[in-house]
Amino acid sequence: MIHVGLEHYLTVSILLFCLGLLGTITRRSLLVIYMSLELMLNAANLALVSFSRFNKSLDGQVMVFFIVTVAAAEVAVGLALIVALYRKRQTAHVEDLTTMKL
Amino acid sequence: MNDTKLAWMILFLPLLSAAAIALFTQKFRRLSIGISIASVVATFLMSVACFFQFHGVNVADSTVEWISIDSLSFEIGVHIDSLSLLMLLVVTGIGSLIHIYSSVYMKEDRAVSRYFASLSLFMFSMLGIVLSTNFLQMFIFWELVGVSSYLLIGFWYEREAAADACKKAFITNRIGDFGFLLGIIIIWSITQTLSFTKLQDLLHTSPWLLGGMATLSGVCIFGGAMGKSAQFPLHVWLPDAMEGPTPVSALIHAATMVAAGVYMLCRVFFIFTPDALHFIAYIGAITALLAALIAVQQNDIKRILAYSTLSQLGYMVMAVGVAAPGAAMFHLVTHAFFKAMLFLGAGSVIHALHHEQDIWKMGGLKEKMPVTFWTFLAGTMALCGVPFFSGFYSKDAILAAAWDNGWLFGIGIIAAVLTTFYMFRLVFVAFYGEARSESSDHAHESPKAMTVPLMILLVPSVIGGYIGISQMLAHFFVPHGGETGHEGSVFDPLAPFGHAPMAALLGFLAVLVGVAAAYTLYYKADEDPIPFKMRMLARMMRNRFYFDEIYAVFINYTHEGLAKFADFVDRWVIGGAVHQAHGSTESAGRALRIVQTGSLQTYTFLFAAGLAVVLYLVLIH
Repeated sequence: MIHVGLEHYLTVSILLFCLGLLGTITRRSLLVIYMSLELMLNAANLALVSFSRFNKSLDGQVMVFFIVTVAAAEVAVGLALIVALYRKRQTAHVEDLTTMKL
Repeated sequence: MNDTKLAWMILFLPLLSAAAIALFTQKFRRLSIGISIASVVATFLMSVACFFQFHGVNVADSTVEWISIDSLSFEIGVHIDSLSLLMLLVVTGIGSLIHIYSSVYMKEDRAVSRYFASLSLFMFSMLGIVLSTNFLQMFIFWELVGVSSYLLIGFWYEREAAADACKKAFITNRIGDFGFLLGIIIIWSITQTLSFTKLQDLLHTSPWLLGGMATLSGVCIFGGAMGKSAQFPLHVWLPDAMEGPTPVSALIHAATMVAAGVYMLCRVFFIFTPDALHFIAYIGAITALLAALIAVQQNDIKRILAYSTLSQLGYMVMAVGVAAPGAAMFHLVTHAFFKAMLFLGAGSVIHALHHEQDIWKMGGLKEKMPVTFWTFLAGTMALCGVPFFSGFYSKDAILAAAWDNGWLFGIGIIAAVLTTFYMFRLVFVAFYGEARSESSDHAHESPKAMTVPLMILLVPSVIGGYIGISQMLAHFFVPHGGETGHEGSVFDPLAPFGHAPMAALLGFLAVLVGVAAAYTLYYKADEDPIPFKMRMLARMMRNRFYFDEIYAVFINYTHEGLAKFADFVDRWVIGGAVHQAHGSTESAGRALRIVQTGSLQTYTFLFAAGLAVVLYLVLIH
């Protein structure tokens, strides 16, 4: 039986983070980019929880609660923005959203 | 005895009239004329009263402080002595007659209220110069007469020539006034006072007070007189000023304002050093000769009179230059009378001929306009210096004073010959012979309001020489070391022949030569014989020795050159720096704009890469 240590948790967390980052960079759909962002957020959450567990301190978990609640609010706002954008432009692809560029 | 209320009223009454007309009675033509005439006649009566009040009083001063900054204090006031009393009488007396004359001459003009408001403004400014107690006050009123002269020359501003002439007059005067102001500043910086009486006392107790600046300040102040009295390099504006209405030419550009320069020189005579006086004398002599030469070939009746005014002003300035301010003032007064009369006579002719000014289109006016003719002839004789006419005595006083300097005396005599010549040319061509145009055929005498002032002016023009003007002035100038022509009994018509027989005889001879020459060439002539005999010289004279053209070229080269240089600096030096600054900013902006792709993925990637680099640098090293 393999002993599961801190480094394993952190490896998973890093993998999740990198997947999220890759998704953010490569995908064109706003919705998918948004999901990737959430993935990165949760990778961070995982890292925090693992540190909290292995350091015998609850500080990290308290922080996670905060992140989860803030993320929930953020999702509500972010999705609303995306829906509004879609209604206005009939698209949610980032290539089409270049009006700020000169 | 020394109550100066009257003098203050004299000064401000015309201003009141100008303000009343300009603000309230613009629409009521007859009322405006009435206000203006009433104000000037009242001023004249008060001047007469003032004359008797202060007769025999040496100096009466009354000043109020106007501005005071630290030790600097400027005053305005009234200064009364025989010089200013005499000038007051001349200005208001001739002014009254010309106002009355104008009421007919300008009756038909649509802007008659504006005309009389400007005339009242002029009277105010001129009286301000006459009554000045200090340089600053004089300078302010000096500019004010410039403004009113500008308004009146350009009175018919819809005519381009008039609009140009008034600008020319004002700008040329400003050049002279620049010198005047410089002179005033030099004197102020050395003596800390501008009051005439204080300056005179200072220079009396310590004659070397001004030191090395004495001559310079004198010449600078003379610059003001050069502009206002139209002396040689700045003389070009006066003939053009004839674009204004004829009564204006009579009042401003013959009798009073142009004489203000000479009056100022006499007022501050104590400032001038011998070198400065030399300069003044020669400028005056050159002007006298040059203007007389030009007048010989002019055909416009008003221009002939304008050049004759220039020439006579040259005489006066020359008189100041040979240290005879009394003679200069004497000539100023007699000249004011007869030249105003000549201009009003010319105005009467122009009025009768429906604004025809070319003397070759006149002729035969002697019978048709007897009053105008006889007064004009008397004026001409006074101007030429025929004995028993006023001009003879004043001109003789100047010639006698110039006797010691052969050159100046010679120029004076030549100018006298030329003066007689061109004036009698004018008389012969305009009044004798046959009528040369339809309008002169139908001419008839002008109305009473125009001929009566002529007849009134006739009196002082004839007897002005022996009613005590020169004695009054001699008394005034003697303490300053100036000398004047005649002293002794008041009524002595033959005094000049006893006092300086050679000068008087030569002057008389000059008149005879001039009349004879004019008679042979122009009596009953149909055209001008001179252009055929002396082509080159005649053309030069007719074209006023090309002064206007020379100035135009000069201005072209200096002014335009300067403008081109300024343009170059602006375009390439200052503009270059601005272009460099904005060019580099712009190219930096263009370069940086490429980075802004607008692609979200690129930003994210760069952001992540940057973060990675930072983490690498922080954690590994």
